[in-house]
Amino acid sequence: MSPAPLTAREANLIGCRLCHLLIPMPKEPGHCPRCGARLHQRQPNSIARSWALLIAAMILYLPANLLPITISSSLGTSQSDTILSGVLYLLNSGSWAIALVIFVASLFVPLMKMVILVFLLVSVHRRSRWRPKDRTRLYRLTELVGRWSMVDIYVVTIMVALVRLGALANVDAGPGAAYFAAVVILTMFAAESFDPRLIWDRMEDCDE
Amino acid sequence: MKSLMACHECDLLQRIPPVSEGRVALCSRCGAVLFRPKRNSLDRTIALNLTGILLYAVAVSFPFLALKTQGFVREAALLTGMKVLYQQGMSGLALVVVLTCILFPLIEMLSLLYILLPLKFGGTLPGAARLFHSVQVLKPWGMMEVFMLGILVSMVKLAKMATIIPGTALWAFVLLIFVLAGSAVSLDSHLVWEKLDRRP
Ligand SMILES: [Zn+2]
Repeated sequence: MSPAPLTAREANLIGCRLCHLLIPMPKEPGHCPRCGARLHQRQPNSIARSWALLIAAMILYLPANLLPITISSSLGTSQSDTILSGVLYLLNSGSWAIALVIFVASLFVPLMKMVILVFLLVSVHRRSRWRPKDRTRLYRLTELVGRWSMVDIYVVTIMVALVRLGALANVDAGPGAAYFAAVVILTMFAAESFDPRLIWDRMEDCDE
Repeated sequence: MKSLMACHECDLLQRIPPVSEGRVALCSRCGAVLFRPKRNSLDRTIALNLTGILLYAVAVSFPFLALKTQGFVREAALLTGMKVLYQQGMSGLALVVVLTCILFPLIEMLSLLYILLPLKFGGTLPGAARLFHSVQVLKPWGMMEVFMLGILVSMVKLAKMATIIPGTALWAFVLLIFVLAGSAVSLDSHLVWEKLDRRP
């Protein structure tokens, strides 16, 4: 077998996570001399912060999906729509392509993101050595797709702006929309707090 | 140490690989993108961001969609929806939309010009490194392309109940999405950091 790979930490160096500058490990914790980012061997409290944000997101995921995101009224009748009922309505009215977009962005992606983050956090906690490269890929995926969940929030924003025809037709944003935006933002922060280098640290621990 | 770098995703220490323009340097252990040098990176990024500012000005000042039903016409500009959300008591939500679709993209374009234009002529303006740091932190929070998808979804939804008239801003908006994507591709942050490095 080839010798274990040498990391910056083992060489007593530190690589800035933001601008990638490599410098000798300073005695005091400090800032990167080039970009000013705080220098950390590993993100401090990465696991705890990631869990906290993730659990908050999971709790808010319930009202986000149970409360209406839009309340539309036309000619005296009003109708509340949750994310799911909106998707079903689109499906029934034949707009299956749009239904699919909203289903993937608003239901599938946030759920998948939370499941992946739980899996990554548990795997790091259990000092797993299972396929670190694939786990890093999963992490990259959650960072990449998370933003697209915001699409429903923007649809609501556009609907309330355009459908404003007095008694004829009107669309109001419902409380579910605010909860849903919070879920998207919290999961983005949770992914950002997770330090993928922790996945690889376990590999070196076991080599010793 | 100048010839070494640590992977930002797995911390592996490795020799900086010689990579020609247009190719990608990947981490040999986890496959993370270390950097991707670009041909004429500075020129292209500057040109795209200047174009972007112009398109942005059009995209925010003109209505992007109008809805026509039974004699009523209702126009909406980019900021209309955020104003209505605010009036409906959803100020937090309005703020999120303003930041992600209006403010962050503008800050990013202006900051890049502030940083890159002087670099092209061999200088730096005060605070450039600090600003480039902020640009990279804010990057995931600018979501104009997601808003574009939101416009498309809304158009399909609304087409059932009324006639939709695309406005001037919509075309500017579509072009802007391509320009921003081009800017993201042509920007070589590795190169910018090296040029911004003023340490002895
Ligand atoms: Zn790596």
